[in-house]
Amino acid sequence: MADSSRPIDWSKITYDGLWHNNPALVQLLGLCPLLAVTGSVVNALGLSLATIAVLVGSNLCVSLIRNLVPDTVRLPAFVMIIASLVTCVELLMQALTYELYEILGIFIPLIVTNCAILGRADAFARKNPPLPAVLDGLMMGLGFSAVLVLLGAMRELLGTGTLFADMQLLFGPVAESWKLTLIDDYRGFLFAVLPPGAFVGMGLIIAVKNLIDERLKQRAKPVSSEPAANKRVRVTG
Amino acid sequence: MALIHVSSPHTNRSGKAGHVMRQVILATLPGLAALCYYFGWGPLINVLFASGLALLFEAAVLKLRNRPLGFYLGDLSAVLTAFLLALALPPYIPWWVTTIGIFVAIVIAKQLYGGLGQNPFNPAMIAYALLLIAFPVEMTRWSAPETLLEGPLPGFGDSLAIIFGQLALPDGVTLATPLETFKHKGGLTGEELWASSTLLNNLEPWQAISLAYLLGGVYLLVRKVYTWHIPVSMLGSLLLIAGLFYAADPSNYAPPLFHLTVGATMLGAFFIATDPVTAATSNKGKLIFGASIGILVYLIRNWGNYPDAIAFAVLLMNLTAPFLDYYTRPRTYGHKQAERGIARK
Repeated sequence: MADSSRPIDWSKITYDGLWHNNPALVQLLGLCPLLAVTGSVVNALGLSLATIAVLVGSNLCVSLIRNLVPDTVRLPAFVMIIASLVTCVELLMQALTYELYEILGIFIPLIVTNCAILGRADAFARKNPPLPAVLDGLMMGLGFSAVLVLLGAMRELLGTGTLFADMQLLFGPVAESWKLTLIDDYRGFLFAVLPPGAFVGMGLIIAVKNLIDERLKQRAKPVSSEPAANKRVRVTG
Repeated sequence: MALIHVSSPHTNRSGKAGHVMRQVILATLPGLAALCYYFGWGPLINVLFASGLALLFEAAVLKLRNRPLGFYLGDLSAVLTAFLLALALPPYIPWWVTTIGIFVAIVIAKQLYGGLGQNPFNPAMIAYALLLIAFPVEMTRWSAPETLLEGPLPGFGDSLAIIFGQLALPDGVTLATPLETFKHKGGLTGEELWASSTLLNNLEPWQAISLAYLLGGVYLLVRKVYTWHIPVSMLGSLLLIAGLFYAADPSNYAPPLFHLTVGATMLGAFFIATDPVTAATSNKGKLIFGASIGILVYLIRNWGNYPDAIAFAVLLMNLTAPFLDYYTRPRTYGHKQAERGIARK
């Protein structure tokens, strides 16, 4: 294994997870839960927390055993680790937030098959020491969650005209007053709540991300192109 | 003694998109007139309002995409999309439903894919399907035609007021469409329904509207705007499958001619399935495309959740059009056999 020799670039791990290599926007992994449960902020947040917990835990465990597992059987071993972590999370959610657990239903056990998690275990955690692996898991998880919550907020706002409805499912009775009704007497736009709305919303978020990247690239360009312009003057002159 | 030698092709009219679009818009006018005759001013107001909006949205997106406005607006494709969507909508639908529909059709289903010629799905039908899913109440609130109405139709001013939300649609004006009536017949057999339903015994308005669309379609066939393959195969397969089911069990299934003359069958066959951008292009592909739409329409009408099925059937087949073309490539003159499907080397 080729770790330890390379210096670890902590900020690159953070930037990759949150933006540059965002699992939802760039790798397009874990789209099934992403599109299925983002009907409201509370659903998105519930699944986000579960995914972050599993991702951090699995990256840590995989990194710890990375020198003990032969390459040929690594994938079954990773899946076993992820599956046991998901079971823990599932039982925890059953105990603490039973109603939300009921709403998210099959998508909690399905975190096992979320490619973002197995992908990070195989692409990063098995090649790096525990600390960077944990940071990578956390940042990838946060990047995934940010998209999940953003999409949930978009769809909830467009679909029902509210934001943060039913947050008590996740945060207890304190959160009952968090619900914001932004549009009074809203008729509802069922399309946004249904799966096709998730696809369109996701497409729009990816488009905005690409637009921002393009703008950033253009802003960076003039600085780098100036020396080239000077060079050309020198050549022709 | 030939004085002037002109080599082929001997074209005698312009091949511009705008020319075709104008023909198709012209051909929808009998249908629009029939709709207005039976349902009042609503359809006309919808069509005009939708066309204006379509031009507005199209211009806005073209501006964003840095395309020449005059050239792309002049091809009238946006107006045609607006016509087709507005003709499919209920006559007194609120203005904001039309607005959302036109926005989806022009901005999302057409321009986001790259504009005319690039859209894989029929924009008007994407918008129709989205509206049907998002606003089922407004989208199924059809008003009664004049022949089944006790009072007079709303006047022009009242129609405007209803569409723009100043006036409620009067009670007793809304009515189930024939397809809905048949779908929700409950425990009645077909024979009992035909005997008891006043609506099903007064189908004249829908038949007249279908006939008007048929007239427009025949005009387009005569002008060679499209070939006969799609409309004929679609109507033929629908007639065939409806006939088979009706022959086997007349008390459960509607007669074949009923399927041809109610709902959007004729509008779909002559104006929607024949969209040259989203349909199959080879003749054999067109036949399969049309026939599959006919079968899908029948399946969805009978066993689906929605009473009419043109939008869903056309969208599903739009999805397959590239594959149909891929596997039905015609033989070119002078070559032995066309390479179809995955090229054999």
